[in-house]
Amino acid sequence: MPRDESGILSEIKKGYIIRQLQEGKRGDGRTLEQFREATIKIDYIKRAAGSAYVELGKTKIVAGIKVEAGSPFADTPNQGVLTTNVEFLPMAFPTFESGPPNEASIEVARVVDRGIRESKMIDIQALVIEPAVKVWIVFVDIDVIDYDGNLIDACTLGAVAALRSAVVSGSVVGKEDFKLPVRNTPVSVTMVKIGENIVVDPDLEEEQISSGRITVTTSEDGRLKAMQKGTTGSFTLDEIKKAISTSINVGKHLREKHLS
Amino acid sequence: MGTQSDIKLIEENGLRLDGRNPGDLRPIKIEAGVLNRADGSALIEWGGNKVLVSVYGPREAYPKHNQDINKAIVKARYNMAAFSVDERKRPGPDRRSIEISKVLSEALESAIMVEQFPRAQIDVFIEVLQADAGTRIAGLTAAAVAIADAGIPMRDFVTGCTAGKVNDKVVLDLSKEEDNFGQADLPIAILPKSKKIVLLQMDGDLSLEEFDTATSMIINAISRINEIQRNALSAKVKVDDAGGE
Repeated sequence: MPRDESGILSEIKKGYIIRQLQEGKRGDGRTLEQFREATIKIDYIKRAAGSAYVELGKTKIVAGIKVEAGSPFADTPNQGVLTTNVEFLPMAFPTFESGPPNEASIEVARVVDRGIRESKMIDIQALVIEPAVKVWIVFVDIDVIDYDGNLIDACTLGAVAALRSAVVSGSVVGKEDFKLPVRNTPVSVTMVKIGENIVVDPDLEEEQISSGRITVTTSEDGRLKAMQKGTTGSFTLDEIKKAISTSINVGKHLREKHLS
Repeated sequence: MGTQSDIKLIEENGLRLDGRNPGDLRPIKIEAGVLNRADGSALIEWGGNKVLVSVYGPREAYPKHNQDINKAIVKARYNMAAFSVDERKRPGPDRRSIEISKVLSEALESAIMVEQFPRAQIDVFIEVLQADAGTRIAGLTAAAVAIADAGIPMRDFVTGCTAGKVNDKVVLDLSKEEDNFGQADLPIAILPKSKKIVLLQMDGDLSLEEFDTATSMIINAISRINEIQRNALSAKVKVDDAGGE
């Protein structure tokens, strides 16, 4: 996660956040396991096959799906292709720069991608036009437009919502339009460690004072599909196990509220 | 994970294709101080993996705007040699190796006493010469030895191991076939003394029970792997003493 290199977070504020946490409270009044208010608008971009505008607290992203016909990978001739890219736009944060993806945005994209891929959300076997010759390539592109923490979950929510709503225009290969074959709804839940506490859906200030981040992506049936520990810092095995059960519980709620 | 999970990877007698039990590691060999120029180095051979690690630093961080006034920055660069895999790997960083470099840097920084070296940079070059599944963990395990070989103070070793699932069974230290056609992959790295987890990634499909089995297998293996790390370092120190270089 990018840090605010201008060091805006004062020591006083840091101390305040940590003291609040000791009493089980967060700076913005949330409980430790509470997500910020999320708003998802689907079909936000009419030119995309599917799209979603997501606000997670003050973090804002736009996800768009484009589907094109193309060649399959040589080692998977009977599968469509799914690819995920995340752009940290310079408008989103003072230290975000334009240019090719950096390690932070690549990490976010790959963790989002892993959750979608491993949960088998999209039936890529159903995306074959002509075996070994032509398949559908599904591009998930995400613009980060306002950054206030927890991009992994904001981007996963956006990508999943956009994919669920996506309609492929089949006319380019002489077929009828069809909805992307969706079989599962993965949800990621990201937590950070602050002192001895683990908090769900960190905002930027919480990310800045945290030591260790863990993302757990689960499927509808509550199984583990992807995990990623990130940033410097460490977790005990018990903390990881607790994070997993938190992800299952919180994820179930998010799925019911936003993705059903 | 792989495309097919119906390939038979465990025999009727419960053994894996290479004859291992579910909780067995492949053979691991580490040698410290294998390079002349680098401040520290190590070569690990783990199953069919051959990974070379060299360490430079702490040295002044460059470019200067990367300097941290409070601590050293740790830059691990994971790279696969063009000849390390069956089909030639195009040289240079791809998205996978950039992500791996990031999580390896973060894992190592969690163990190194970076606060002792403000404005400095510690470079850790991890070169996968021959890949055989579990390269990131092999590289990280060797990197800890190379950093110690460079004399850089650490809170603890960093020791990694992978577990996964094949044919619905949880197994330790996936082989290439198990990695390609398995159902889950869970690389973890731990500070062996405190048992703190500094790297954890997972993809595939695991239930909570399978996760518990996998992590206890890994934690059990970590002490064995750490022993090999320690032996590699003390062997190097003995050679240095005898040779008087």
